[in-house]
Amino acid sequence: MSRTPVVQVSGLTRDFVVRPRGHRLRGRRVRAVHDLSFTVRPGEAVGYIGANGAGKSTTIKMLAGILVPTAGEVRTCGLRPVQDRRALARRIGVVFGQRSQLWWDLPVAESFRILAAIHHLDAAGERARTGELVDRLEMGAYLDTPVRQLSLGQRMRAEVAAALLHSPRLVILDEPTIGLDVLSKQRLREFLIEERREHGTSLMLTTHDMGDVERLCPRVLVIDDGTLAYDGTLSGLSRTVGARRVLVVDLERPTEPLTGIPSTEHLSTQAQGLQQRLAFDPERTTAAAVLAAVSQRSEVRDLAIEEPDIEDVVRRIYAARR
Amino acid sequence: MTPTDAVSMPPAAARAYRRLLAAGFRQQSAYLAAAVGGLVANVTFGFLKAAILLATLAAAGGTLGGYDTGRMLAYVWVSQAMLGLINVSGRDVLGERIRTGDIAVDFLRPLDLQLAGLSTHLGTRLFTLLPRGLPTLTIGLLTTGMALPSGPAPYLLGAVSVLLATTLAYLAVYALNMSALWLVEIRGLQVTYMVVASFCCGLYIPVGIFPGWLETLARLTPFPSMLMTPVDVLSGYAVGTDALRLVLAQVAWVVVVGLLGHLLTRAGRRHLEVQGG
Repeated sequence: MSRTPVVQVSGLTRDFVVRPRGHRLRGRRVRAVHDLSFTVRPGEAVGYIGANGAGKSTTIKMLAGILVPTAGEVRTCGLRPVQDRRALARRIGVVFGQRSQLWWDLPVAESFRILAAIHHLDAAGERARTGELVDRLEMGAYLDTPVRQLSLGQRMRAEVAAALLHSPRLVILDEPTIGLDVLSKQRLREFLIEERREHGTSLMLTTHDMGDVERLCPRVLVIDDGTLAYDGTLSGLSRTVGARRVLVVDLERPTEPLTGIPSTEHLSTQAQGLQQRLAFDPERTTAAAVLAAVSQRSEVRDLAIEEPDIEDVVRRIYAARR
Repeated sequence: MTPTDAVSMPPAAARAYRRLLAAGFRQQSAYLAAAVGGLVANVTFGFLKAAILLATLAAAGGTLGGYDTGRMLAYVWVSQAMLGLINVSGRDVLGERIRTGDIAVDFLRPLDLQLAGLSTHLGTRLFTLLPRGLPTLTIGLLTTGMALPSGPAPYLLGAVSVLLATTLAYLAVYALNMSALWLVEIRGLQVTYMVVASFCCGLYIPVGIFPGWLETLARLTPFPSMLMTPVDVLSGYAVGTDALRLVLAQVAWVVVVGLLGHLLTRAGRRHLEVQGG
């Protein structure tokens, strides 16, 4: 596989002019993305996260060649996205969670046939790839159903298959699990993990669902107000902002609030002291040490550890930068 | 790529556009009830048009602008039969897709947007010939009758002319809808287009019986090539070199309007701001 980065962005900037209604000439310049630089290497899976309006979709659109940057450089799969739009379309697959690329009135299988022709797959290649996707995404039962009659979960699987039919080097997923139930999300994530393992596909994912990032993306980019706020691993992100883990203990008998344990904060007490929640900083103490301290005061029946909520982590990053 | 480049397309690329054409055809077959509704409307207005125009002919002394009863009836029924084929409403899914931002999906395909749209459009429109166009013509023939040319030449040239008219009507609406990339909201423009195009193409009365100055003006636009030309060729109103000249004018308009749409697409892609996140 080529070692050319699948995404290379430097100094990327995009302004929009926001015009109040009825004032076509007067407008305010808004900077959606500002001096953004990063690289995604072949085979990487990157979670691209940030609040609404942080500039995620604007970046994605520039990577895909459907939005022209105001300034800066973009190379996607080594190509200039706007100028080389059609060549790039053969190397990337894009899923917009809120838009469909299927033919509404036709059976799912027919959409796949049209896309196979669009991407110049030969008959054998089309059969093999369609078969693989239908099996893995469990679409066999509704292949002959018109798209408009599918459930959201079924349609999203078909959308992902449609974007991956031509075996793109880079798959860009913009909110792919939006509106899906837990089981559908799970199935989609498992598919993407398999697809990466088998084909070495690079993945770039924007999402509000932190489960997506935790399961799929070893690397995280956090964007805040159009600039890069963090680039590294997910666990590193939690460490950077000092996110705490929470130990939840179920006790044998009602116990006084467990205050005063070193490097630990008592958060709450439920059921007359039968269940208590303790927050601790993993940099300063360990779950084992906290548990040992709790055991000296009361007998522990059961325990659970809550990992930091990524939305909370992002909020903390934002707060730290202001 | 412009529609004229389509002739020299490699086979794999041509397969994609053929698939889109077939998809348009099949997609339209999902709306059979709408097609039957269209048939009823086309036939009803056909009788209305026939009554008014025959009364006009009678008042004018039997012929008007080269039309006698048989020719006028041919004009009525061929033009009504072609209504399912040509788009003079100004509206197209394209404008709607730009307004909602779904155009992003179209630009993410390795296709020429204009040619892909044309392929799908031709598929949907050709389908309407079966439940709408041909039955309208048949009903006209069986009820009022009409004058038809003899020999295969007018029919062959007529078929080419119908295809060119359908293509031209789409390419014009495509260019119009592309302006949504700048204007976003184009309903006013579409209504204006509908009024001008449907009159100037000869939908209400033949262009040949327009007042002289208006006929001259109309013939300077592409609109008569969208309806009047195939009607005149198929009805035998225009024959021989006259017919050939009219069809060549259609070809010229297809190239000009197609090129305009192509340039608008190129400029528009640089301007595109995908709506709706």
